[in-house]
Amino acid sequence: MLCDDCGEREATIHEVVIRNGQRSEKHLCEHCAQSSGLGSKSQTGGTTSGLVQGLVLGGPARPKPRQPICPVCDMTYARFRETELLGCPGCYKAFEPQLTPLLGRTHEGGTHHVGKVPKRALALSRQEGSLQTESVLGDAETRSARIAHLRHLLDQALRAEHYEQAARLRDQIGSLEAGDPDAS
Amino acid sequence: MDAGSPSPSPDDAHRQEAPDTARGLVRVTPEWLRGEGESSDVVLSSRVRLARNIASFPFSHEADRAARAEILSRVHAAVGAVGLPSGGGRVGLTAPLWIDLVDATKLERQLLVERLAVSRQLAKGRYGRDGGGTDEPRGVALSLPGERAGVLVNEEDHLRIQSVRSGLALNEALKEADAIDDAMESKLDFAYSPRFGYLTACPTNVGTGARFGVMLHLPGLRITGEVEKVRRAAADISLAVRGFHGEGSETLGDLYQLSNQTTLGKSESVLLGELADDILPNVIGYERRARQQLLENRRPFLEDLVYRALGVLLHARLLTAEEAMQQLSLLRLGCDLAIIGDSAQRPGLRRAVHELFLTCQPAHLQQSIGEVLGQDKRREVRATMVRDCLSPILGGG
Repeated sequence: MLCDDCGEREATIHEVVIRNGQRSEKHLCEHCAQSSGLGSKSQTGGTTSGLVQGLVLGGPARPKPRQPICPVCDMTYARFRETELLGCPGCYKAFEPQLTPLLGRTHEGGTHHVGKVPKRALALSRQEGSLQTESVLGDAETRSARIAHLRHLLDQALRAEHYEQAARLRDQIGSLEAGDPDAS
Repeated sequence: MDAGSPSPSPDDAHRQEAPDTARGLVRVTPEWLRGEGESSDVVLSSRVRLARNIASFPFSHEADRAARAEILSRVHAAVGAVGLPSGGGRVGLTAPLWIDLVDATKLERQLLVERLAVSRQLAKGRYGRDGGGTDEPRGVALSLPGERAGVLVNEEDHLRIQSVRSGLALNEALKEADAIDDAMESKLDFAYSPRFGYLTACPTNVGTGARFGVMLHLPGLRITGEVEKVRRAAADISLAVRGFHGEGSETLGDLYQLSNQTTLGKSESVLLGELADDILPNVIGYERRARQQLLENRRPFLEDLVYRALGVLLHARLLTAEEAMQQLSLLRLGCDLAIIGDSAQRPGLRRAVHELFLTCQPAHLQQSIGEVLGQDKRREVRATMVRDCLSPILGGG
């Protein structure tokens, strides 16, 4: 589980707050927990009653820690983790470092798109030059990451003796290396 | 559709006057229930769905009502301008049936859910845990006849483009969905990034945004207790086995949906190939073997199941939709294994089973008789409708 605040590190401190009979949970990494006064150092140094007070009443007001937020729609990463829905297309850029491992786990290691490209957008970008084309097809790094993932899938398919799948992947790698953007 | 009249052939259904309202759809059989095409003894239908969003708007659940209304209006204009591919042997594009779900009655919305034309979520207008409601702007465009193609607007994503074919025909369905996608993209700017592909509200759909699904009829594996085998084989390559209405729904009439879960890092053709070439031939083989083994080793048991089903369908006075679906499933199996009826009766019987799969559902039942009925009355009317439909074909009653 990733930290609710930074969305980057593994959560190791788990806070349960019961206020007016309402239970809420917070899962933080060591770093964010310490900066918000909930880290293991502050806990070991405190009394049991102080710790219980901190857990049950939520403790004194603390400055809100910095957390990833989408500049387009104000969606926070913590809220996305709660609802599992992003707020707008801009969230993908805003949360890219946090989303990458999550996407890998969801999509069998896939973190880069392979397949269809919007035809009109590509045609327009071609009229505007190679820099614009990259905005649709991706830069060299994206293109090589795409091919690296396909090679990994090809190895997997060969090891599992899924030869039809391996043939499809080999064709696709060939198409991408030849510069065919769609390769679907 | 008048359940008492002889069953029309699919061509007859296509020749019928095209419905101009959601409730008019009750008269016609949708493409996914035609029961024809490759491997249609096991694969009832193939479906491809593409998730797309318009670039300059928040995703549906974060959009306010004004934004949802604007999205609806833009997609309505785009689909009106480009049309949808027509079915029933006609060539070219036709104006689709446009259904504004805010104006639709509860019964009409339920009717569309039963036909798998819209999801439950879109019918209810729900966004997230608490958001939305039936007055949220949303709609669906359906191609006629047969509802083979559709564009759902303001579901979890702004657009869900879908194409359906009877039997195993994922390639054809993809080709059609792809063409609709291109046509819609000529009018709308889709949210897309070279890194993540088509951007969707839920990251589980990002990338191709494509779901390839088949509706399978697996009575043989259910009777021999081997459906789990399919679930395991599917899970091994990241495919999901779901109930009649998709995620979280119950299995009805031994009908299961099998679809891909991965959408990022593999192209449309690779995803389609995994399902169509790697897993489906095995599943179809398992089901056919289970049926054959039942025929060879447990014939009296199998015949007893099929004839008891026929007995219930021809003589019951009260039927729930679940029971009707279950018995109709056995009747379909009995037709496909030539246990029931003669060669002249079986095509009509099979068609009737497919029609009844739909007309015995609550909203179809009520819409076809034009009355809102309580549960008890529905069971009585359903039993009568099933008897009236099957008796003329089999000479029972």
